[in-house]
Amino acid sequence: MLNELGHYALVLALGVAIIQSVVPLIGARLRDPRLMGLASPSAVATFVLVAFSFAALTVAYIRSDFSLANVVENSHSAKPMIYKISGVWGNHEGSMLLWVLILALFGMLAAVLAKQMPASLRACVVAVQGWIATAFLLFIVMTSNPFERMLPAPMEGSDLNPLLQDIGLAIHPPLLYVGYVGFSIVFAFAVAALIEGRLDAAWARWVRPWTLVSWLFLTLGIAMGSYWAYYELGWGGWWFWDPVENASFMPWLAGTALLHSAAVMEKRDALKVWTVLLALITFSLSLLGTFLVRSGVLTSVHAFASDPTRGVFILTILAIFIGGAFTLFAVRAGALKAGGAFAPMSREGALVFNNVFLTTACATVLVGTLYPLVLETLTGDKISVGPPYFNLTFIPLMVPLLVAMPFGPLLAWKRGDAAAAAERMIAAAIVAVLAGAVSGWLAGTETALTASLGTALAAFLIVGSFAEVALRTERASSFGGRLRRLVNLPRATWGAAFGHFGVGLTVLGIVALSAFETEIIRDMKVGDTAEIAGYRLDFRSAEQREGPNYTDAVAIFTVTKGGVPVARMEPARRFYPVRQMPTTEAAIKTFGLSQLYVTLGEVDGDTVVVRLFYKPLVLLIWLGAVVASLGGVVSLTDRRFRIGLPAPARRRAPMATPANAEASA
Amino acid sequence: MSRLLAVVALVLLFAAGARAANPDEMLADPVLEERARELSKELRCLVCQNQSIDASDADLARDLRLLVRERIQSGDTDDEVLAYLTDRYGAFVRLKPPLTAETVVLWGAPFVVVVIALLAGGLYLRSRRRPDDASEAVPLSAEEEAALAALLAERKER
Repeated sequence: MLNELGHYALVLALGVAIIQSVVPLIGARLRDPRLMGLASPSAVATFVLVAFSFAALTVAYIRSDFSLANVVENSHSAKPMIYKISGVWGNHEGSMLLWVLILALFGMLAAVLAKQMPASLRACVVAVQGWIATAFLLFIVMTSNPFERMLPAPMEGSDLNPLLQDIGLAIHPPLLYVGYVGFSIVFAFAVAALIEGRLDAAWARWVRPWTLVSWLFLTLGIAMGSYWAYYELGWGGWWFWDPVENASFMPWLAGTALLHSAAVMEKRDALKVWTVLLALITFSLSLLGTFLVRSGVLTSVHAFASDPTRGVFILTILAIFIGGAFTLFAVRAGALKAGGAFAPMSREGALVFNNVFLTTACATVLVGTLYPLVLETLTGDKISVGPPYFNLTFIPLMVPLLVAMPFGPLLAWKRGDAAAAAERMIAAAIVAVLAGAVSGWLAGTETALTASLGTALAAFLIVGSFAEVALRTERASSFGGRLRRLVNLPRATWGAAFGHFGVGLTVLGIVALSAFETEIIRDMKVGDTAEIAGYRLDFRSAEQREGPNYTDAVAIFTVTKGGVPVARMEPARRFYPVRQMPTTEAAIKTFGLSQLYVTLGEVDGDTVVVRLFYKPLVLLIWLGAVVASLGGVVSLTDRRFRIGLPAPARRRAPMATPANAEASA
Repeated sequence: MSRLLAVVALVLLFAAGARAANPDEMLADPVLEERARELSKELRCLVCQNQSIDASDADLARDLRLLVRERIQSGDTDDEVLAYLTDRYGAFVRLKPPLTAETVVLWGAPFVVVVIALLAGGLYLRSRRRPDDASEAVPLSAEEEAALAALLAERKER
């Protein structure tokens, strides 16, 4: 019964979404407050209905209701509860439902929270959000119904893919989707502004918090996915330039560019046309990513949902939305006037530089990702575009961007002083040179150059990211005065500093890993020892263990450093009988920011292939992303997003959930 | 989502369960072995789609790893090994596609785009040196006039 209700709610949500798409828009055209007033209730209703449907599916998973085909295919009664719940979105239908749930959530938040916006703009935004919801609800109802029954119901399900039975599945997709789908609001804002024909600094101020929220969740989602791959796939890589990784990375690059160009628009009323275009591009890339992942079009290890009807459906959605938005842009952009004047050497100029390189990098990833598809379609020839291509093209584009990054915040708006900014960076440059020299000296001859240049760059970024904060507080006469100034700096300044600091940390992690990682692959028997990076691993024993729905063959190592025991590591080969699938469970021990990483390979009699890695400072790669996201959170609390807020929203603000961070925006 | 899917397919492909680059395949000479590892990272495991033969443990990947080592031991240069494999398996085997008529656009795109973007950015910066008169005054709508009047009136009352 609940299943039917869930299905019914989904269809009803489609109906309400159509109302949400049409009525407020007509209201905005006619300036009719009653029609525009329908924006809020319809957006709320869409969300409530989709949420109910999602809850119904979740209940079916919790109860192991094997009368639903989706549950049969992706669940098992013996599966631990957390994986029963996360299994809801561990498959095509469920993950599309999560996608629409988050879309509807953002639509509702926009309708409810953006009270200080002109009513007609808000009505347009909510309506555009309704269009997207309609399209994807239609997609689910017509091609991907999660509530399809299976009769007669089997006694047992075929279990969730073993590698997905991990806490990573519980966290990664929701985070990623909030980021991915969150950009829909920015898209809706851009389309609404084009329809309304009005675009000013106030628009940029409304858009910025939404961009920030989406960006910080996307950052966390990508980082989380990367860490999950790192520990779960078992060969210690953290980024593979896989097409589907690229699919989430492209909106991130465009979204990062948008964050910066929106700042120019907000402060200086310039870069307006470009900012709107970027807003359209960013969500278009989210849609493209959804298409790539969901259609199975890619020759990628990811492409498992390869059903052409779905692909064609999403491609149609893609064509309508991207084509429509860009046509609207072409027609209306001419009416948008360029803003204030500034010298090339200025904050604005630096942000244009940022956009030039981020956009180019994004285009490069796009070309590399789509090229094999296009070539095969046109000529039938198959080629591969793998990590070597992306490393060769992407990294050189990042270097100028990163080198310039600490300078940007030091330049004043309108007209900056390059010499003064350079002077401010002397301390960072000295640290960079020293760090580079030490790192080059520590590295072997082969990696010395990479190590020293890379470390120097990372140190420059890390120290340089706080140059603006230092500059803004140095005039204080006393220590206390300086502290007061530090606290009273605009939160956005702190946000930018932490954002850039996070990038520096990530760069340091990447450099350390690529220059100083050590790896040993060897056969080992019980009683053997291996030495890596000053750690000694003794292979003590091997044993079998029973998990709830798997069996582990565990190798037990004790780790000593200088004769002192420091850890016990238990890598395993895991076997899931329902799916007849083996997986590798890496053992990872963290020492400070570095990790020992051990996986097991083939077992031959009493000999097992052991892969040992020492990964120096590897945690910085993800820690940097977390710090950058925190920078986003700090920026969201900036005073300019809080003032002029109606009382009800302000009362909600103290609860520190993302949705409420949004509320205080 | 991406990792999730990676993981799905990997399990499917890794049913054999062995680890890549096994000790029994390695060459005794560390210099040659290092070359073999580096080359392996540029070669695609054809049955695993998006993985290098260095990372994969499909049987074919193992065969290719052994083949690469065989060629290296018989004195081939890196380019000769790549050419040998490309002849047999086509350009698809190269994760770093060689520059040919077909890949000119692929390799050229980043350079062309960065030049265009720099030019566009530069021209924009030039154009922004002078203020744009038209940008300054946007007249208020009737609604806004009313709202402004109300705000001012409210202020006066205080």
